[in-house]
Amino acid sequence: MRQGSRAAASVLPALLCAGCAGAQSAFDTGGAQALGLARLMIFIMAVCAAVWLAVMAALAFALWRRRQEATEPLAIDARRQRRMSLVVGGSVAATVVIIGLFTVTSFWVTRSLWAGDRDAVKIDMRGYQWWWQVTYRDGNQAFTTANEIHVPVGRLVRIRLTADDVIHSFWVPSLTGKQDLIPGRTNEVSFVAERPGVYRGQCAEFCGLQHARMAMQVIAQSPQDYDAWRQSQLAPAAKPSDPEQVFGEQVFLSKPCAACHTVRGTSATAQLGPDLTHVASRSTIAAGVLETTRGSLAAWIADPQTIKPGNNMPMVALSPDELNAISAYMASLK
Amino acid sequence: MTSEAIPLDVRDRAIDDDTLRARLAKTWATPRGLWGALTTVDHKIIARRYLVTAFIFLALGGILAVLMRLQLARPESRVLGPDFYNQIFTMHGSNMMFLFAVPVMEAMGVYLVPLMVGTRNIAFPRLNAFSYWMYLAGGITLWLSFALNMGPDVGWFAYVPLSGPEYGAGKRADFWAQMITFTEVAALAVAVEIVVTVFKQRAPGMSLNRIPLFVWSMLVTSFLVIMAMPAIMIASSTLIMDRLVGTHFYNPAEGGDVLLWQHLFWFFGHPEVYIIFLPAVGMVSSMVPTFARRPIFGYLPLVLALVATGILAFGLWVHHMFVTGLPRVGESFFTASSMSIAVPAGIQIFCWIATLWDGKPVFKTPLLFVLAFLFTFIIGGMTGVMVASVPFDTQVHDTYFVVAHFHYVLIGGAVFPLMGAVYYWFPKFTGRLMSERLGRWVVGLVFVGFNLTFFPMHILGFEGMPRRVYTYQHDVPWAALNLFVSLSSIVLTAGFLLFFIDAIRSARRGVAAGDNPWGAATLEWATASPPPPYNFAHIPVVDDANPLWSAPETLTVAGGLRVDRRELVVTSVAEARPEARESSPANSIWPLLTALATTVMLIWSIFSPWAVVWGSIPIAIALTGWFWPKGTPEDEA
Amino acid sequence: MAGIVRRTANPLLRLLLIAAATMALPACEREERTLRLAPPVASALDGVRLMPIGIGGAPPEVYSALEKPFASNAYDLSQGKRLYNWMGCPQCHGDGQGRSGPPLLDGWWQYGPDVVSVFVTIRDGRPGGMPSFRDKLTTEQIWQLTGYIQTLGAYSAKTAAPSRDDGPQTRPAENRAPAAALFDKFPEIR
Repeated sequence: MRQGSRAAASVLPALLCAGCAGAQSAFDTGGAQALGLARLMIFIMAVCAAVWLAVMAALAFALWRRRQEATEPLAIDARRQRRMSLVVGGSVAATVVIIGLFTVTSFWVTRSLWAGDRDAVKIDMRGYQWWWQVTYRDGNQAFTTANEIHVPVGRLVRIRLTADDVIHSFWVPSLTGKQDLIPGRTNEVSFVAERPGVYRGQCAEFCGLQHARMAMQVIAQSPQDYDAWRQSQLAPAAKPSDPEQVFGEQVFLSKPCAACHTVRGTSATAQLGPDLTHVASRSTIAAGVLETTRGSLAAWIADPQTIKPGNNMPMVALSPDELNAISAYMASLK
Repeated sequence: MTSEAIPLDVRDRAIDDDTLRARLAKTWATPRGLWGALTTVDHKIIARRYLVTAFIFLALGGILAVLMRLQLARPESRVLGPDFYNQIFTMHGSNMMFLFAVPVMEAMGVYLVPLMVGTRNIAFPRLNAFSYWMYLAGGITLWLSFALNMGPDVGWFAYVPLSGPEYGAGKRADFWAQMITFTEVAALAVAVEIVVTVFKQRAPGMSLNRIPLFVWSMLVTSFLVIMAMPAIMIASSTLIMDRLVGTHFYNPAEGGDVLLWQHLFWFFGHPEVYIIFLPAVGMVSSMVPTFARRPIFGYLPLVLALVATGILAFGLWVHHMFVTGLPRVGESFFTASSMSIAVPAGIQIFCWIATLWDGKPVFKTPLLFVLAFLFTFIIGGMTGVMVASVPFDTQVHDTYFVVAHFHYVLIGGAVFPLMGAVYYWFPKFTGRLMSERLGRWVVGLVFVGFNLTFFPMHILGFEGMPRRVYTYQHDVPWAALNLFVSLSSIVLTAGFLLFFIDAIRSARRGVAAGDNPWGAATLEWATASPPPPYNFAHIPVVDDANPLWSAPETLTVAGGLRVDRRELVVTSVAEARPEARESSPANSIWPLLTALATTVMLIWSIFSPWAVVWGSIPIAIALTGWFWPKGTPEDEA
Repeated sequence: MAGIVRRTANPLLRLLLIAAATMALPACEREERTLRLAPPVASALDGVRLMPIGIGGAPPEVYSALEKPFASNAYDLSQGKRLYNWMGCPQCHGDGQGRSGPPLLDGWWQYGPDVVSVFVTIRDGRPGGMPSFRDKLTTEQIWQLTGYIQTLGAYSAKTAAPSRDDGPQTRPAENRAPAAALFDKFPEIR
């Protein structure tokens, strides 16, 4: 019995805390917003758990209490009825009080989620099937990237959310709650990241065939690292440095690639697909599907429909040399 | 009631019992064979059909769920592709909500309400028959479209623009939208019948404060149906119009609004879950007194709680839209209203517990299901209070936490009472008892299997797993819990399988049950099991809320109805004073023909707008046949 | 199947089974979603056999083997519509009613209405300003666009035709047969 209870004592926290770790967990908080939400959630859950236990205890007592012999169904003691009415009435009153408490604390937390005007990093995110277009609007120099956001630690980030096609939802649970991207509307979400790290997010509104593979990353860095990243993103694409990459650039520009993608500094300026100017600087490709390596780039370009069936990137027929070259070129776009 | 110049021997007062039953059986009979099956207007036969059909849809929906769990058991699994998976989860949700949950509750109401109020048939019996054919047609349409790879793939709530004309290619979303028209017409028909039955056809003496709680719950549910269904019919019809003829209801570029769909859908969608839940609550309120061996504690608060739930249910719908960017103060209002619906739910729970406390519990299978319901539904209610909070919801909306929540309240709060109700009323429907031994196994397997399957989903939601994903990757920590959930679903499936096996076996070879095997108090137990076509040989008269307990030996009855044609008693709304003898329609083929004509028009209108014009002609012909005057006198004093 | 039907005693159930059996046609081709065309098929689809004058010819054999999907498959037609907007076609052809380029829904096909001519027009371009899209689209995408163009210029709407788009409305949607609505069948020769 003792061993069993010890085992239970170690299993139970693990089970309960299973929701704690993980880069996409609402309880692995990286900022004030997520922390406030997590605290409210734990508070409400604790009170609700206590209420449920109390009701179960009352039920168990009701079922198994000692009672006198059964009487006829309609023989009811009026005094006991009155006592029961008091208990039931008191329970209902307690319910009302608890609900009032939850409502007030919820409203209070809601208000605190939306911080006031500060010197914020301003980002526009536009949801596409099935990737995120990210435009940094800071200052007078804007640049566009895709699926990965870098933010400086400790500074407010305001993201304007629009959608190109269907409803998507921006959700990085470790940083803040979600907001939908709705065609015809502009929504906004804001957060402060207080801990450097990589936070994973995912689209949280069913948006079609590849809703399951529409992830994003928010990378919180020190202000210096963030500035360095910004500068490198503002720069045009790296020029190809060896013959294979030169050939790769030619393949890119002469094949359907350039009809959909932008690589700043080349003649490819279409904005139908993600901006590839600095694709190799991102940790994942295809909205979080594959880690960025030359091999995964080659695999993706060779057969996007097997990796992410139904997405809007077609399977372009390339010879092996062309595939090698274009993957070398893409991997060089840091 | 004064009599006219009618020979005395056609009134039930003037005939001896055996002849009376024989003549009533002849008057109210449904002929055997195909023609009888197609023309019957007997509420019991139609309700049994509804029940069997609904449980078949439950099984089909369960198979879909098993497929989903198979796909999600491992990361990056390739059991199902994205297109098929999207069709499957859409079908699972649509099937369970529209083709199982609402119809099964309506079916229990259609069977039990006339018996519980002591009348011979439901009001508008031909409309009842029509509603079943419409429901069947809608279900077949949806499942055939799925079988032909035309099944909807946009989620059971089909948000635009994904289900709209540009992003919803083909006819898939149109089949979904039209299925809604079929099922909502059926539901509206049944709701109207129940309201009229409960208001005007109660047994003499059954004043409002003596109406059984299940009947109250069906009454409130019916009002919810009448007021909520129009919203979804507008939504689905406007969606079809946008897709078929190019209207702009949901097109922001031309003045429409994407959020309009969500408002319309959820204005229906939230009351919908109470349409499913309230009858279950009524079933619990029927079973608890029987198995606590005492009348229900707090009859008046329970009735008021039902009504309050029904009214409040219309003030909650925005809680499905908390992350759409609506104004914050407005959203917080809906937090308050969504949480406040816990108060009437709490009243009901406390009253049931008080009944059990003050009574002497008899632990038969129906009571075990009620206990499972209490355990499970209260968890679901607690998570409901959690998601009602706007900030909480921003972290769990559209995640597996919500999936866990609604399965807890739907399965715990509606399916467990339903299964208990099946065990409870099966002897009345079929004349045979289900197996008590197998019943305990069913409760155990379903209860344990359900909790093991759905509780971990709360944790998955916290860990960031969104809904409606056909797969997940290796770099997220969801694989272990998903595998656990998928394996646990085997236990749940086994429990349901055993339930079906028990029901089918007991229907053929179960122990014969008498009129009242549980010693219950309400009027349906005062007649044979299964009831004869005419329900009661003489219309009962009640003077108590628990008629069979206050008068166990003999029941007062009213006399004076004719036996040579179908007649029942119409009474006043509040005091149930007899007002008139109302004639009840005989068997008729016109409901089926009207349903066929309507089906043709509705399916044709998926493909062409002219169907509304040309397809109306057969409907008009069928309705003319339906309403053609037959010369029978209507109601007489 | 027939045995099951005969053995089923309940007449109602028997009726339902018969109805289901008659309606269980093979999977509806209109709604099939081919997300990935096998590469050999995709490259074989490029092999149209064009007449020497550049108009008309025969589609590749694999096209018939696929049962001519691009003209009647709802998913392919909606992809074609997406490509029409994405590839800049409206710059010259407008919404189909024409701008600097000829209208596509007046029922008048400069190079013939058949599928090979339209395909080759898009793939290779035509003199007078129509650019070649061979390097901008894959073969499968050009076929999807071809199917869409044909539907756009059809005088009776196909069931699989796309519906209105979620944008400003400038003409009836493709499933309302805009060609018939906007133009007489044989317009004046320009």
